[in-house]
Amino acid sequence: MPPDRTGTVGLFATCLMNAMRPNIGFAAARLLEDAGWRVEVPREQTCCGQPAYNGGDEDAARALARRTIAQFEAFDALVAPSGSCLATLKHDYPRLLRDDPLWAGRAQALADKSWELLTFLHERVGPEHIRSRFPHRVTYHDSCSGLRQLGIHEAPRALLARVEGLRLVEAEEREVCCGFGGTFSVKYPALSERLAENKVQRLLATRAEVVLGGDLGCLLHLAGRLSRICAPVRVYHTVEVLAGLADGPGIGQS
Amino acid sequence: MQIRTREFIPRATFALHDPNLQRALAKAADGFIGKRAKAIAEVPEFEALREAARVRKDEILSELDLWLERYEARVRAVGGQVHWARDAEEARAIVLALCRRAGAKTVAKGKSMVSEEIGLNEALAADGLEVIETDLGEYIVQLAKEPPSHIIAPAVHKTKEQVAELFAEHHGTTPEPTVSGLVTEARQQLRRAFFRADVGITGANFLIAETGASVIVTNEGNGDLTQTLARVHIVTAGIEKVVPALEDATLFLRLLARSATGQDSETYTTYSMGPRRAGDPDGPQEYHVVLVDNGRSRMLGGPWREMLRCIRCGACMNHCPVYGAIGGHAYGWVYPGPMGSVLTPLFVGLDTAYDLPNACTLNGRCGEVCPVKIPLPDLIREVRHAQQRDGLHPPAEQRVKALWRRVAERPALYHGLERLAVRLLATLGHKGRIRRLPGLSGWTDARDLPAPAGRTFLELWHAKGHDE
Repeated sequence: MPPDRTGTVGLFATCLMNAMRPNIGFAAARLLEDAGWRVEVPREQTCCGQPAYNGGDEDAARALARRTIAQFEAFDALVAPSGSCLATLKHDYPRLLRDDPLWAGRAQALADKSWELLTFLHERVGPEHIRSRFPHRVTYHDSCSGLRQLGIHEAPRALLARVEGLRLVEAEEREVCCGFGGTFSVKYPALSERLAENKVQRLLATRAEVVLGGDLGCLLHLAGRLSRICAPVRVYHTVEVLAGLADGPGIGQS
Repeated sequence: MQIRTREFIPRATFALHDPNLQRALAKAADGFIGKRAKAIAEVPEFEALREAARVRKDEILSELDLWLERYEARVRAVGGQVHWARDAEEARAIVLALCRRAGAKTVAKGKSMVSEEIGLNEALAADGLEVIETDLGEYIVQLAKEPPSHIIAPAVHKTKEQVAELFAEHHGTTPEPTVSGLVTEARQQLRRAFFRADVGITGANFLIAETGASVIVTNEGNGDLTQTLARVHIVTAGIEKVVPALEDATLFLRLLARSATGQDSETYTTYSMGPRRAGDPDGPQEYHVVLVDNGRSRMLGGPWREMLRCIRCGACMNHCPVYGAIGGHAYGWVYPGPMGSVLTPLFVGLDTAYDLPNACTLNGRCGEVCPVKIPLPDLIREVRHAQQRDGLHPPAEQRVKALWRRVAERPALYHGLERLAVRLLATLGHKGRIRRLPGLSGWTDARDLPAPAGRTFLELWHAKGHDE
């Protein structure tokens, strides 16, 4: 589909975004609407089911997958500001429901039109709609689900290149996990802390003022760790910067 | 080998704070990761090789019985003997009987993870045999009375200084704490053992059905001396090691060396086939292969079948951030890291090894580097599902998950509780973050919790009069 063709997007309000950082949803909606897309947010949506799936409860994951499919299948596209939730929708739903004759096709159909936000902005909306200014030295954290399951690497960088004044300084060991891992972060806090610290050291070595990423799970974890060690660094979701809505406090700041 | 998987959390916690281990791990990770990256960059067809290996391994596994029988027939044809061991106990008994029959006093061993899996060294020692590990890393951990901490680098958890001390203590010498100094020292000690050994036991990287050969790769040549100088050569190998033809072995060898140590090929790749023939200048008088099942044929018919593709290169653990932080001993049994997080629960029990598949972030790097494309994160998740089916997750966690599911299926309730939680968290926030949160101390022990603003996205969005 050419980038100028628009339609109606169902915005998947991830649990963490919905509760912890609504600004990300508004930033996503602003960019999509500016480009001529209609944005709808189904009231009945809840969780994609990933915590259940990764936690061993396939049955619960299946039930939530069916709910999500029913909520979103009527839209031209589903867009989620998280590579992690989106990977669940795109890769795990078809697998979870492949033996269910009523739902297998619907799961695949939704997977085929589901997009991670930054990829959607890059490939479908087009970077020319980015007109923000953010005169700061930033570094970008690649989240593992997005990077490995969805191949998100170029999109955020191409989009950020459009932001006036922004200087992207790449960290070392970008392909290494930050140690969030969903429930891993609370089940194995000592391991999670060490992985966070390893990651934070790499991010700080760039001397960036701001850390950006595309997955709020990792960002809450990293912002929490940076805050704990009193690092003078701000953390935002990339779309907040792209939409010009990163003028307020960073994640975990006031 | 003693099973210590239940002690994962305390052992991992201490590992994070063991300065020598941390120093050794940091050095090892730099070496393994960098060398592999460099080695595969020089092979443009590396991805194609991985795919070919995946396909070939699956083909072989689907006809494994056939190839095993062909292999057995070929080994017999060249004068060797094949023994089938259903489990670890049978495998130990077979090897012990062979050693007794040979009147053996001393056994030299090449590196073999299967021998660790079946607890061979302990069994041989209990029978009064002197067992000498001849791989440098295995020799080091044997002196230290420790199990290996890595499947290809058994002593990777030790610093050079620690090894020098260990040698000084056991050999009464004062070796230089340098790689070459330590290797020279070990060589001098081991040379005597090679000549003294009555039986040589090695593992096998591959067993070739068309020739009856077993293949081992080493960097020290110790395997060659182990199997050539002793009167009896015993190969211990899992049944999944068989491949139909030489060209299959070469496909996997190209992947193995690069994935394991970042070499084009290991220094020694040795093919051995039967006992010494008339006119051969050297070689053993007897050649035995012990084929170990120990649960493998059960894996073949179940959800973990893909795990049998594993060629034991260690790339998954070298690229695992958790392994990199705690090393292999914390995992508590023979197989550590991502492959161990799948295999160990299958060998020792989903319950006994509960933590291994759970102490994983599912970041996926292991699957990305696996030379035979084992979907390790999916298999690790699959173990968690099996644990769920058996009711093995902690009771509190199970209650939370069950409650959460009931709520998540009821949007009004879910959003109502979310609104409540967000308001509560907002009041607990100070300067945008929460320092300590009873009930979520797992989070706040390690980091602050960013405080939410007090309204959820859904309520703000719909309050603004947006239509659905």
